[in-house]
Amino acid sequence: MNIGVIRFPGSNCDLDVVSALSATKCLAPKLVWHESPDIENFDAVVLPGGFSFGDYLRAGAIAARSPSIARIKRLAERGTPVLGICNGFQILVEAGLLPGSLLRNSGLKFVCRWVTVKVENTHTPLTRSLKMGQLLRLPIAHNEGRLFLPDEELASLRKQRRVVLRYVDDSGKLSASGNPNGSRESIAGICNEDGNVVGMMPHPERAADPIISPDGSTDGMAIFRSLATLSL
Amino acid sequence: MISNKKAARDPEGDVIHRDLVKSHFPQAKSVRVGKLLRFNVEASDSLEARDLVRRMCDELRIYNPAAHDCQIGMGRLIG
Repeated sequence: MNIGVIRFPGSNCDLDVVSALSATKCLAPKLVWHESPDIENFDAVVLPGGFSFGDYLRAGAIAARSPSIARIKRLAERGTPVLGICNGFQILVEAGLLPGSLLRNSGLKFVCRWVTVKVENTHTPLTRSLKMGQLLRLPIAHNEGRLFLPDEELASLRKQRRVVLRYVDDSGKLSASGNPNGSRESIAGICNEDGNVVGMMPHPERAADPIISPDGSTDGMAIFRSLATLSL
Repeated sequence: MISNKKAARDPEGDVIHRDLVKSHFPQAKSVRVGKLLRFNVEASDSLEARDLVRRMCDELRIYNPAAHDCQIGMGRLIG
């Protein structure tokens, strides 16, 4: 299964994503510059984290108007898995591939720490081999991660079961203390109606090797392994 | 409106112009980014209101006079 990891000017998690995808041993990730027409030839694409175009205007806003987005939209329409991590999620939201807005964190600070998230949807390419309610320890590192949706859109997202991940406290419960950025209903990840486009603020690629996890967590690999099951 | 002085580069404005606006609207020759603060003040007329806001900006160092220009306008934004 050929996976493209799309590099924008300012992407900085691209190599970690490639490394984590390679570690599944079933996926053949390839770095691809955002202007490359090759984007449309992949079986899946990942928009990695970073600060595309310096995060100017709004995080993800300029990348979302770059020529590559038309290609990514065509992939998404064909049902190809498209994963946006952190800045990649911000790009997907700015491009209209996912609903809502990612606003500045409620604490007005860049938040960089490990969090616990709960799996709420196992019908996406990234969560298909996970269990409902499964808890994952993953790091976050962002300044604009507060998902905002008006009440009616939030209700429709919930009704369509498009919330993929929620922030929870260490005991697995929804709580204000478990919500690091003030996202509505503690949402950490969502998907589109067909479930093939997924955006998440936590960084699974940074929880893929025990040597860089404070508690040895490699929970992020569960997400990449899920994607790898598509190639079996 | 607080924005960088002309002599100070504005990388955010440059990127918005070069990577977003220029290819769609070649009529746009440059973009400068600034921060807009809207004040609602009690004053007997617009002149007094403007002076009051100017004093706030200067005395409270709402902008950095070494690097920024601070323009004060009155009334509603159009569009």
